[in-house]
Amino acid sequence: MSDSITYSKDPVISISNLKKSFGNNHVLNDFNLKLQQGENVVVLGKSGSGKSVLIKCIIGLLKPDSGSISVYGEEVPELSQEALDLMRVKVGFLFQGNALYDSMSVRENLEFPLRRHWNKQSKQTLNELVMEALEHVGLPHTVDMKPGELSGGMRKRIALARTLILKPSIILYDEPTTGLDPITAKEISNLLVQLQKEFNTSSILISHDMNCVKITANRIVLLIDGKCYAEGTYEELKKSNDIYIKQFFD
Amino acid sequence: MKSEAFKNLLLETGDLYYFVIRFFKECFRPRYEFAELLRQCYLIGNKTLPLVGLTGFIMGLVITIQSHPSMEAFGAQSWLPSVVSVSLVREIVPVITALICAGKIGSSIGAELGSMAVTEQIDAMEVSGTNPFKYLVVTRVFAAVLMLPLLIVLSDTIALYGSFLGINMKQVVSFHLFTNQIFLKLSFGDLLPSLIKALFFGFAIGIIGCFKGFYTRNGTQGVGRAANSAVVLSTFAVFIIDLVAAQIADIFHII
Repeated sequence: MSDSITYSKDPVISISNLKKSFGNNHVLNDFNLKLQQGENVVVLGKSGSGKSVLIKCIIGLLKPDSGSISVYGEEVPELSQEALDLMRVKVGFLFQGNALYDSMSVRENLEFPLRRHWNKQSKQTLNELVMEALEHVGLPHTVDMKPGELSGGMRKRIALARTLILKPSIILYDEPTTGLDPITAKEISNLLVQLQKEFNTSSILISHDMNCVKITANRIVLLIDGKCYAEGTYEELKKSNDIYIKQFFD
Repeated sequence: MKSEAFKNLLLETGDLYYFVIRFFKECFRPRYEFAELLRQCYLIGNKTLPLVGLTGFIMGLVITIQSHPSMEAFGAQSWLPSVVSVSLVREIVPVITALICAGKIGSSIGAELGSMAVTEQIDAMEVSGTNPFKYLVVTRVFAAVLMLPLLIVLSDTIALYGSFLGINMKQVVSFHLFTNQIFLKLSFGDLLPSLIKALFFGFAIGIIGCFKGFYTRNGTQGVGRAANSAVVLSTFAVFIIDLVAAQIADIFHII
């Protein structure tokens, strides 16, 4: 992805000295990251390196042991539940397993966050917003289907539509191409880039799918031993002779 | 090993205590999820009704058929409707209905919330700005509390009809005479304790099912374990509540 974009000075997400442990397992250890407006940062790391823990700390699903996570200048660990809910309207989250509500149809899945935040909207407006989100991911015909009737790629697109429906300005993607075939994975990666341009979002993307990383990343952060081991564009890191960095690109 | 199990038991009891406290805190705070509450009432009430009704009918029939020889030996067949109806309404139907609900509702809540927890659907609700505790737990527990007394009243009625058929298998008793004999002994004071008991049964079944499901870990294996332990624990809770209710009724001379 082209990295010739000029970013605003103030980062939309700023993480400094973040620490998170589970028992004796120090998953994040003084981790630092800044995300600029309109930027797409990919956090690369081995399985179990703490990538998902990182974005769950950003969205407030996990509480960090120490350190600072600032989203639009607000310290996430210090936010009240109400403030956290408001912050979550601005920050979308795409789960690795999609996390679509099995008991609800696609329409109900998409209406669910809308009804909670924009509950004064008429039924017609809700329907228009749902159809608009589904058209963005190319699946308007699935509106009355249940998640169980959809393929893996379709479920991922619906989950993406649900994430986009509140029009967040930041999106956190947790391994968006895991479990998909290479063709569908490439389609999803291209869709993420297209939607990012269309909605002008900033995003942090967790992945170890190098094709997805190549397509989507403006900047790559390598997470090793809980720290930001290296960072740079795809081309910069690919040229590196560092043994740890090379193993991701070989 | 034993001390580890005991420690886990104490920890789980503590967690359940905080879960109950959180339930009472959350249920009075807006936003109120009325639509989901009604949906859960429909699911819990409507889907359990055929099983509860059939069981009630069989219990009424069987208790009557089995009591008949003993009553006949004392020449007290005419007391059969009164005796059977009091035992059905006060004890047998509420406890059997609650046990069936513990199996059906407890396991379905435990498995549903458990699978939602392991597939991150509960987390998805939270990141979409919805309080999952309020949407999933408060509604289900309230629905169980509201539906259990209704199911018990319906099951009482069906059980009494079963008893009427049971009596008519051995002798001819008109429906009018049967109801007269029932209400000779059965009063509102017999129904009220069973309905109060039903509220507690509903609360125990709902809260235990939700507790086990909400904190499910370890994938599908955890879901199975959550559903299973929800049934075991809520069945046990039904008996404990019944025991306590019998003691309280005895102390206050309600029996």
